[in-house]
Parts: sequence; structure tokens; C-alpha cells
Amino acid sequence: MANDLQSSKGQTAIAKTAVAFDRPLNLACGFELTTHELVFETYGKLNSSHTNAILICHALSGDHHAAGVDSEGKSGWWEHYIGPGKPIDTNRFFVVCPNNIGSCFGSTGPNSINPATGKHWGADFPTLEVGDWVESQVFLMEHLEIDCWAAVVGGSLGGMQAMHWSVVHPEKLQHAVVIAASLKLSAQNIAFNEIARRAIQSDVNFKDGQYLEHQTSPKDGLALARMIGHLTYLSDHALGRKFGRLVRSGDLDAAQKELVEFEISSYLNYQGDKFAKGFDANSYILITKMLDYFDLVKNYKNDALATFSNAKCQFLVVSFSSDWRFSPECSEEITDALIGADKNVTYLRIESDQGHDAFLLPDARYENGVSLYLNRVADQLEAEQP
Amino acid sequence: MINNNGFIGDWIKENSRVLDLGCGDGSLLETLTNKHQVRGYGLEIDPDSISQCIDRGVNVIEQDLNEGLENFADASFDTVVMMQTLQALRYPHLVLDEMLRIGKQCIVTFPNFGHWRTRADLVFSGRMPVTKRLSYQWYDTPNIHFFTYKDFEALCVERNIDIVNRNFVGGRASDLGLDSIWPNLFAHTAVYRLSK
Repeated sequence: MANDLQSSKGQTAIAKTAVAFDRPLNLACGFELTTHELVFETYGKLNSSHTNAILICHALSGDHHAAGVDSEGKSGWWEHYIGPGKPIDTNRFFVVCPNNIGSCFGSTGPNSINPATGKHWGADFPTLEVGDWVESQVFLMEHLEIDCWAAVVGGSLGGMQAMHWSVVHPEKLQHAVVIAASLKLSAQNIAFNEIARRAIQSDVNFKDGQYLEHQTSPKDGLALARMIGHLTYLSDHALGRKFGRLVRSGDLDAAQKELVEFEISSYLNYQGDKFAKGFDANSYILITKMLDYFDLVKNYKNDALATFSNAKCQFLVVSFSSDWRFSPECSEEITDALIGADKNVTYLRIESDQGHDAFLLPDARYENGVSLYLNRVADQLEAEQP
Repeated sequence: MINNNGFIGDWIKENSRVLDLGCGDGSLLETLTNKHQVRGYGLEIDPDSISQCIDRGVNVIEQDLNEGLENFADASFDTVVMMQTLQALRYPHLVLDEMLRIGKQCIVTFPNFGHWRTRADLVFSGRMPVTKRLSYQWYDTPNIHFFTYKDFEALCVERNIDIVNRNFVGGRASDLGLDSIWPNLFAHTAVYRLSK
């Protein structure tokens, strides 16, 4: 029994691949991306009828490394949720996670060479919308010879992709798992993104986005942008619980307090700097704008019921009680629209003090809910297998 | 409780939309979906019950009835069902009004506190009843309102609610027909079909 448990919950095997598409991708902005490349990881095995594939859609700062431990010893960003015996069970599903275009982890983006100029795209990389990511994922799906995803799964911006899939390609997915997402961003959300962009653009090393050509890097601006973003992904309560007014160095009782550094200050600076080393400033601007532009219902006369009336898949919608970037009310708006449109939907409002970040973190109820839902999907698939 | 949903099934049309308030483990919606092809949704807040619903493939929505039902449009469901939950709500009369706004018809069941066993408990022991069907102690119970079917019918008159059908279920007394002759004494569960 112990051995069985060991093998069914063992390490996640990673297959990392890149694919180059020679045919053009027509972007929502009107630009034709003549070629593009996607880097992606897969976990688990595709069944003989190619019906057990799950697409994982990453969020703003995510990449293709969602699960397992890579050659550099780095764990995937959704390690708690994807793997053998985990909620997205790689013993049963073939899980695909691409790094999306416009990002900076190997897929075509601002860091790539613009074939028209022979130089880095930089700030000239075309404007992207959520639908462009989805269309690029359709290319990947065809490349992998998958006609229909068992599920498209994502949190935050990832959940927006899952919803877009359900409405624009209703025949191409059986289930959409939409976690901590929203039909569109609020003014407050857009405002936070604008502050982040201004921080980057104010860095003297930004050079109007052509910093790679100038061999500089707007690291301070990007770190500041991330500090703002990171703070909004956490809740006041969780910050208080973890850091409170703890002091890392210096003495609050001293007359001169200049040397005092709070733990929260140290933590946030560390997070900002760490992020600035690994992420690209133009990608951050591009993808935060993509979030701002997202409005699923705009093309359907702002009618959420009419929007989802096209969908054919079933939905699992999840929110977290302390998430104030994409609050439970945002998920409830999605759920109500799906009920009104007569779609199959299950909605979980998970009690958590982890804010928006909760969608990435371990939580027994959240894990159990996703696990029960997807295991049922797997049961049905396996029953239909010839 | 209600082991066979026979007569509730008779009141629900095939392919209709059903909302089950406090749907528990989802077994009613599962039966109605399998036997009547309804498109059903259940509201529930108990995590274990929600898990059971997901496991059954029942559409379950995590929503607290006490927080209101404003998110549901007028007449957006053919039937709104509430089984054994009325007695646990903060304001049962307001939820009843909401049910009749959302549903073209409503089906409500509740434990009849006029049943002889609960009466006997109160009379002979001088303590609040703790029976097999009402197994909670008074200080720790979700059942915060105690009423009989007569009280319920008085409320219906007061709020202009039409009683389309009513049924009583009474276990062994049911077999003897006692629950229909003397429901307040012998029916442990009252079942009503309502409209406005």
C-alpha cells in the first residue's frame, strides 16, 4: 500500500518542447504575426483517442513550467495542483502548459527578434488581447492533434482565457475551470496596472522600451511595478499575520529610527528585485494592457447571459473570500450569468485569507473541489475509451 | 425523510429548470435529472455536502440563503424546491417570498414539530424534543424555528401564498393512513406545493 501511494504520488515527469508555426497568426489589433514560436511543457500521457488533454493557461507573470521540478531545480508555479495523484492528476490527464506569446520565457515576445528589422521587438511588439493567446493555443492544439480539450483551466488571467475559449471555440473544450477571474477589470484594477506601467516607464533605463538595443535594463522600475502588484495580490490580514510590525533590523525604541527596516519592507523589496531579474519590462506592460482590454461581454451587447449562451462546455468557477483584485463578487457575476444561460456550473467560494494569491497556494477545500470535479471528468473519459 | 420522490416528481415537468435551496448532498437533483431530465442547480454552504454534489455531478452553487437571493431573476426557474431547510433560516417568511418570485411554483418540505413523538417528549420529559429525526440539542441546532403545519398554513394565508397541493409523510403511521387523518400528530414531514 505504501509503495502504491509512493508511485501514484511520485515526481511529475516534465517534457519540455518548443514549436515554431510558419503560418500567420492574425492578431486582434489587425497585425499579422507571420511566424511565432511557443515553448511548452507537458505532463502525463495522451490517450489513444486524444481526449484526455487539459490546457493550463498561465496568468500575468506565469510561464510554461507549471509542474514538477525542472533541470535547474525550480518547482512549477502550480506544483501543488498538477502532478500524479494531485487535483489535476497527471496519471489520468495529459496536461499541456505553454508560455504564451508576448511573455518572456522562450515564446515569441518583445525579447524576440523582429524578422522585419532584424532587431529585438522591444516596445514595438504588437498589442495583444486575451483572444490572441487563445488563437495561438489553438495552433498548439492542432500541432498536438487534439480536437477537444477535456478541460481548459486557469486562474486570474488564465481564467479569462478559459472563459474566452468557452465562448469563441465552444466545440473545442468539454470543461472550463475558471479560478479567481472576472468578466472584465474594474477601474481600480486598471489603475493598479497603470501605476505599475508608469513605474517602469519612469525608469531612466527604460529608453522608450528599446532598452535591449541600448543594453540597459529598467530593473528598478520593474521591481517597483511588481511590488505594487504583489501587494494587491495579498490580503491585509495575511500580511498582518505573517509580518505585523516585526522589525528586521534597527531599533524602534532608539531615538534615531533611520536604521529601522520592517520585515514587510524587506520582503516586498526582495520580491520586487527577484521578479525584475527574471521578467521583461515590455512583457509586463504588454500583458497588463491585455488584462485592461479584456471584456468578455463587450462584443455581446454587454449581456453576460447572451455571451455565455454560445458556450457548450461545463464550468467550475472558484473564488477566494479575501481576494480583492478579483473578488468573489466577480466570480459570482460569472456564475449567475452561466445559470441564467442554462449552462452546467459549479461554484466554490473558498474561505481563505491569502488574497488573490490563494489560487496558487495549497488549500484543502480548494484542492478537494478541483480534484473531485476533474476526477469525475476523468471517470467519464475513461469509461468512453475504446 | 422522503425516500421516494414519487409525488414531488409528479409536480415537476420534464426538461424544466429547478433550483434547490439547501440541496444537501444533491440526491434530489440527481434523481430529478436522471428521471425527469431537469436542468437543476442547488445552493448549499456545507463543505461536505458541496463535495458530495460535485462527486454526483450535480450543479452546486456555494451561496448562503440567509444572504438573500437577489442574484436570481424573477420567474427564472420553473420550480424552486426547499427540503427540510425552512426551519433553519433566519427569516423563513422572506425566503418564501423570494422563492415565489424566482420560481413559477415552489415545493417546500419541513419537519412537523406537531408530530406526536416531539409532543410526547416535551410533555413527558419537560425538555425540548430530541428525537431520531430532530437529533440536535436545543443549544446547538441549525433548527432555529419550531412550527407545525398549521402555523405554516397560517403564514401562507397571511402572505397570500396559494397552497396547490400538500402531502404528509409519517413513517409507520403513514402505512396506517394516520398521517392523512390527523397530520399534525402523525406526520413528521410536511410537503407543500405553492404558487402565488
